[in-house]
Amino acid sequence: MPKGLPAVAVSTHRACRTLLTKKQYSADQPVRQLDSLPTGPAILDGAMTEKRANAHPPPSEASKDVALLMVDIVKTFPGVVANDRVTFEVRRGEVHALLGENGAGKTTLMNILYGLYQADSGEIYLYGKRVRIRSPRDAIRHKIGMVHQHFKLVARHTVAENVVLGLSGTPFLAPARAVEGKIRELGELYGLKVDPKAHVWQLSAGEQQRVEIIKALVRGADILILDEPTSVLTPQESEELFKILERMKEEGHSVIFITHKLDEVMAVADRVTVMRRGKVVATLPTAEVDKPTLAKMMVGREVVFRLKKAACARGNEALVVENLWALSDRGLPALKGISFSVCRGEILGIAGVAGNGQKELVEVITGLRRATRGRVVVLGDDVTNKNPRRIADKGVAHIPEERLKMGIVPEMSVAENLILKKHHRPPFCRGFLLNLRAVRRFARHAIEEYEIMTPSPETPAKLLSGGNIQRLILARELSGEPALVVAAHPTYGLDVGATEQIRQILLQQRERGAAILLISEDLEELMTLADRIAVIFEGEIMGEVTPEEASLEEIGLMMAGEKRGVRA
Amino acid sequence: MGWESWIVDTLRRALAYGTPLLWGTLGEIYAERAGVVNLGVEGMMILGALSAFAVAQSTGNPWLGILAAAAVGGLSALIHAFFSITLRANQYVSGLALTIFGLGLSGLLGTSWVGISLRNPLPKATIPGLGDIPILGPALFRDHSYLTYIGLVLAAVLWFVLYKTRWGIVIRSVGESPSTADAMGINVFAVRYLCVVFGGVLAGVAGGFLSVEYRPSWTEGMTAGMGWIVIALTIFAAWDPLQAVGGVVLFGGLYHLAYRLQRWFPPEFLKLMPYAFAILVLAVAGLRKVRRGAPAALGLPYVRGQR
Amino acid sequence: MKRIGPFVLERRLAPTRTAVLGYSLLAIVIALLLMSIIFWAYGVSPVKAYSAIGRTTLGTRFGLMEILRRTIPLLLCGVGLVIAFRAKFWNIGAEGQLLAGAVAATWVALFSGIPAPWKIPAMFLLGFAAGALWGIIPALLKVKLQVNDVISTLMMNYIMAYLVKWLIYGPWRGPSMRGFAYTDLFPRDAWLPLLAYSKVHWPTLLIGLVAAVTAALILSRTRLGYEIRVAGDSPDAAHYAGIGFLGVSVWVMLLSGGLAGLAGVGEVAGIHHRLLEPDHVSLGYGYTAIIVAWLARGSPMAAIITSLLFGLIFAAGDEIKVTLQMPFQITNVFNGMILFFLIGVEFLLYWRVRFVGKGKGWAGKAGS
Repeated sequence: MPKGLPAVAVSTHRACRTLLTKKQYSADQPVRQLDSLPTGPAILDGAMTEKRANAHPPPSEASKDVALLMVDIVKTFPGVVANDRVTFEVRRGEVHALLGENGAGKTTLMNILYGLYQADSGEIYLYGKRVRIRSPRDAIRHKIGMVHQHFKLVARHTVAENVVLGLSGTPFLAPARAVEGKIRELGELYGLKVDPKAHVWQLSAGEQQRVEIIKALVRGADILILDEPTSVLTPQESEELFKILERMKEEGHSVIFITHKLDEVMAVADRVTVMRRGKVVATLPTAEVDKPTLAKMMVGREVVFRLKKAACARGNEALVVENLWALSDRGLPALKGISFSVCRGEILGIAGVAGNGQKELVEVITGLRRATRGRVVVLGDDVTNKNPRRIADKGVAHIPEERLKMGIVPEMSVAENLILKKHHRPPFCRGFLLNLRAVRRFARHAIEEYEIMTPSPETPAKLLSGGNIQRLILARELSGEPALVVAAHPTYGLDVGATEQIRQILLQQRERGAAILLISEDLEELMTLADRIAVIFEGEIMGEVTPEEASLEEIGLMMAGEKRGVRA
Repeated sequence: MGWESWIVDTLRRALAYGTPLLWGTLGEIYAERAGVVNLGVEGMMILGALSAFAVAQSTGNPWLGILAAAAVGGLSALIHAFFSITLRANQYVSGLALTIFGLGLSGLLGTSWVGISLRNPLPKATIPGLGDIPILGPALFRDHSYLTYIGLVLAAVLWFVLYKTRWGIVIRSVGESPSTADAMGINVFAVRYLCVVFGGVLAGVAGGFLSVEYRPSWTEGMTAGMGWIVIALTIFAAWDPLQAVGGVVLFGGLYHLAYRLQRWFPPEFLKLMPYAFAILVLAVAGLRKVRRGAPAALGLPYVRGQR
Repeated sequence: MKRIGPFVLERRLAPTRTAVLGYSLLAIVIALLLMSIIFWAYGVSPVKAYSAIGRTTLGTRFGLMEILRRTIPLLLCGVGLVIAFRAKFWNIGAEGQLLAGAVAATWVALFSGIPAPWKIPAMFLLGFAAGALWGIIPALLKVKLQVNDVISTLMMNYIMAYLVKWLIYGPWRGPSMRGFAYTDLFPRDAWLPLLAYSKVHWPTLLIGLVAAVTAALILSRTRLGYEIRVAGDSPDAAHYAGIGFLGVSVWVMLLSGGLAGLAGVGEVAGIHHRLLEPDHVSLGYGYTAIIVAWLARGSPMAAIITSLLFGLIFAAGDEIKVTLQMPFQITNVFNGMILFFLIGVEFLLYWRVRFVGKGKGWAGKAGS
């Protein structure tokens, strides 16, 4: 890390503090420019491109263009300090990435900016003026817009109804219709095409995101916060999003881009602020830094990007899926004739943007959803539409996507959770009585083997962190040496340590001879772990590749609906 | 009786019996559309009935009684709103507590009003012109209580507000996804409070109708479970004010038909018909998969920062 | 984390036992205070009221026996409701299930022809079965047709009440006096033994205590109890784990309804010795048991204590009715208030209040 940077950061920080508490510290240089900033947005055309071409100017001059300044933000939740004296600054007309792994505090900081949380202490300045943001209404009034990672849309309502919600200046009668024109206009200007009359649940994730951006723009947002926007997009859709962000920069907006993906930071951001464990590590222009450096700042140590993987020793077919059809919750076809097989000792990865049938596929295989047509064969036995208990007893482990809702029983203890799907069999159950001693013994063993951090086996499972909950689920599912492991987004939302551990565990299972069906939105994870990758789009398999021969572009195309080999 | 007059008679009774059900259901629809289940309807109705009777009897003006009922209903709903919205208590239990409390309080305070006949019940009216349409006229527009007519108009107005106005979008969004509404700057708490209190006002009027018009007197527990039937009808009506009218008329009609079968069945069997019908109505709703139309956030307290 | 004056409120992840106990007591105390206001508004001195209760209800053997007598049905229904609530099945129908048990007991006593020594066991057995049946119907409706359990169980109360009325005015009619109807008196061999000089039918009490212990064991030590708890806490996890809702719901309502049925048997065989008007058989035990179960917070053993508390309230209500001429409904007012305050203080369980004094920022807390 460049040596001078911490010192610069510290003195800037102190300088701002000085100004704001109106005390004079002799050793520092008070930054007077903050007093004389004009209020109201002024578009600095050409300034951005000029800055990009030149070297990064020293901080004191740069404060001229400061749109947003958050100083000394502190926020705690029970047991964790989410933001620890964070200072964050964004300039006009720039795309500023907020980089960090899950749990670093990025989303918390932005939620404070948007008024969803209240900081325990610290101040926020917009264009040099101190502001109090007590609710999203205040944030909107201050022309801050936020596109959340989990969209804040009412699925049942139309696009127009969603846009118009809480919008001032709309007529009382038929307000949705009144705003349709504006939606189309913004769509033209920024490249955000979407049908105002469509119901949100009918839209793709990319289209829904556009609705979110339109919502912010309609309310006159100058500063736009995007929380992990590409997590639901195909590579092509991500490219389109970046183009939209360029347009917004040109129009003078400031964009804050929360992400944990280094590629995106380098591709789209002008500057990046790295956070780790609630603290700001550094703020740098992206021109002056490279990915390994950022990764190290993000994680605090050298990160190994590739895991060691033994050659694939394929055995018999553990899972065969033939011409599988199933309906979604809304009654529409979610799976349209899916066929594939997974052999023992191999990992088949299923790539695809969320909402293309992965959830339904997992549920049909594990017995949680009816297949309307087709067959599921596990270890030679037809288990189509059998109940989940029968399928689990056959040796199928299911690591569910929704850890908290489905994977554990939050109020029950860790020990009781560890026996969840095997509670009806010996040794945990004799007749109709539970064998509590065997349960406790198993719990102690599992906690140790899988390194589950818990005060005791009797602790309610809901008190565990995300990583430990996943370890609990793995301990439970993988005990008993299952023949087939169905893992849905197993490392989603976990910190790097837990992610690495879980990937190692999956590889170990593969070496042991289990067949693993791995569903993940993280292409990098699939490329690292899978022996074969199948891409699912709108309920069909678009194609199957191996990590060695496939390119990200090819997979991205399949994720977006192009069948393999169709593109010239 | 000719089949014509039989239809007219059935519709008339259905509407008369259904008026308190309609008012109660419309109110509960709005509360639930905002995401709050209010099981306290029975308690609010009985308190409304008592206050309506007491005020009407003391002042001689039945309309003042209805006004009092509305106020009392709104106030008691405020209690439920406070516990379930601000204190984030379990909505089901809060409503039950309100019912238990309401039944007890009305029994306690109503002892001095038992057995008296209201000297000035609510008048009935006939709508000129409309009252002369064949069949529908005498059934719907002749010689009904003012509250019946107001109730029907109210259903149409509430339907319009819910689906065609800005307020409607706000209310429905709060019930579907309060976090979304909150993120868009809507005060979720305020909207829920208003809707719950509104529901209470209507429930109070429903109760008042019972003691000031339908059976102009006061008896302990005179609502006899009507509040629960309201809740069942809310589900059956798929949270739609116009469908509520249909559901209420259907229910009232079924009840009256059972009354017609009096000759062949012991009286207690007739008395239990409404309750059996309520279960039937819910079973039918289940078959029609109405539950899918429920506001997505119904029954869940909203905490900012939780998804 | 909120600051209110010199206090700081911190969110807690899980409530401590002392907090639960303390706040529950607080709720009761607040309810008592408000009760005083109601007494005063009614023209009765609260001091007089409470001392009357203290003297008679708590101070005499007769009073204590009255408490015990009221506790019996509350205990049985309460334990049953604890089980139901653990599965998140809102059984508001304990009242109707109680009556079902009473009806079955009446049939055994008056019309079954079962010989003497077997009469009482038969009454309990069939009473349990009748209550269980009455409870299983709403369970089936909920699982198969998503019929709301609150409404269906509640409606079943009204239906059963009218069935009882039909029976005592119709086919089972006995002598009637003063406009109230009831059946003939049960034969002596269908009378439950009582504790000396009281109305405490101790076999039912014993059954109730055994039921509480059994329920606690079932919930913590059996496979069924485990599945009940999973289904109640996380229906999604239960579905994922292959736990069948139909099986769990049926078992839960079988036990819950059956226990309420036993309460009904106790009332007609131990106290009244005939089948009466529904609201004379049960003074709202089924509804009050809801609060008993809620206060017990999922523990059947705790239900023993909470049912005693509400037995006291019932007995006190009787006393107030007699000595102070206030209607019995006053107990409902009190019960409603307690329930409100119980749920009202729940949110306090998740906040910890600390006194930090004036002017202190909260520097130095980062990292705790």
